[in-house]
Amino acid sequence: MHIFEGFLPSPWWQLWFVFSIPIILYGMYKLNKLVSAKREVVPLLAVAGAFIFVLSSLKLPSVTGSCSHPTGTGMAAVLFGPSITAVLGVIVLIYQALFLAHGGISTLGANVASMGIVGPVVAYAFYKAASKANMNFYLNIFLATAIADWVTYVTTSIQLSLAFPTGGALTVSGFLTSFYAFAMVFATTQVPLAIMEGALTALIMKYVVEVKSDVLVNLEVLSTEAVNKLKGALA
Amino acid sequence: MKLEYIVGIIAILFIFQFFYGVAIHPDAEYGGADGEAENVITAIDPTYEAWDPGLPTFEPQSGEIESLLFALQAAFGAIIIGYFFGYYRGKNQVNKQ
Repeated sequence: MHIFEGFLPSPWWQLWFVFSIPIILYGMYKLNKLVSAKREVVPLLAVAGAFIFVLSSLKLPSVTGSCSHPTGTGMAAVLFGPSITAVLGVIVLIYQALFLAHGGISTLGANVASMGIVGPVVAYAFYKAASKANMNFYLNIFLATAIADWVTYVTTSIQLSLAFPTGGALTVSGFLTSFYAFAMVFATTQVPLAIMEGALTALIMKYVVEVKSDVLVNLEVLSTEAVNKLKGALA
Repeated sequence: MKLEYIVGIIAILFIFQFFYGVAIHPDAEYGGADGEAENVITAIDPTYEAWDPGLPTFEPQSGEIESLLFALQAAFGAIIIGYFFGYYRGKNQVNKQ
């Protein structure tokens, strides 16, 4: 999903910054509030950030003969909400842009929008809706994470097709033709990857429930009854 | 079924799809999907050239250095995750006693 430095022409890279910056600022505000109000969530916040760090460094080979990496943002989105996830995403993306020449500073706005914002927002919405519908917690985490991953790449495809519509001018058919081309590149790589990522995140969440379930209640991810039920299933 | 088993099966399937990929595309280079998207851009607009924002950038001098930086990224993340999980696990055990 990294759009490389210089690969988004004006006005697109500016527009994605305009889109992302207010959300990041709001996320920083929320993060500050959370950390000062609930001191005990800080370690879990570090774990969620580290999870994004680890997963986005794993370049996994896929069936089509190309490699890509998971995004790892699903867990942070479920635990802390999308705006805080956006802040964590920015940190990882800046590291990769500065030290690894992956992504770029000019495309940071667009990359944050796809990986840090749109994917997590959809994951968060899915998680909330599915837990209202009483879906199994781990299945819910699995699906929310996989969806976050896919949506991230769909967003990247949209960003690229807006900037590079087939035929040069931005028309509906030009956009769709380009979108199809970009989405095909990512879809085949990302489908198995997202499934793997979802499974891994569900497993990590199981350990969080096991060792630190009180924080999940505190963050309103799960109700006390739900935690007790899950812990009963573990015992 | 225990979640660990399910994840294990998914991991095995994931490894299997990699070998299946090697079998059907024996000459595949296994480059990044990001790079492939770049090729699509070139196909759509052959005249497009990446512009230089004029920022001082650091590019890893070789593939080895790049993989070192990626490995460091993964290691730091893994240390943080392992540290806190171990910490909580130990704390829970002490509290139980």
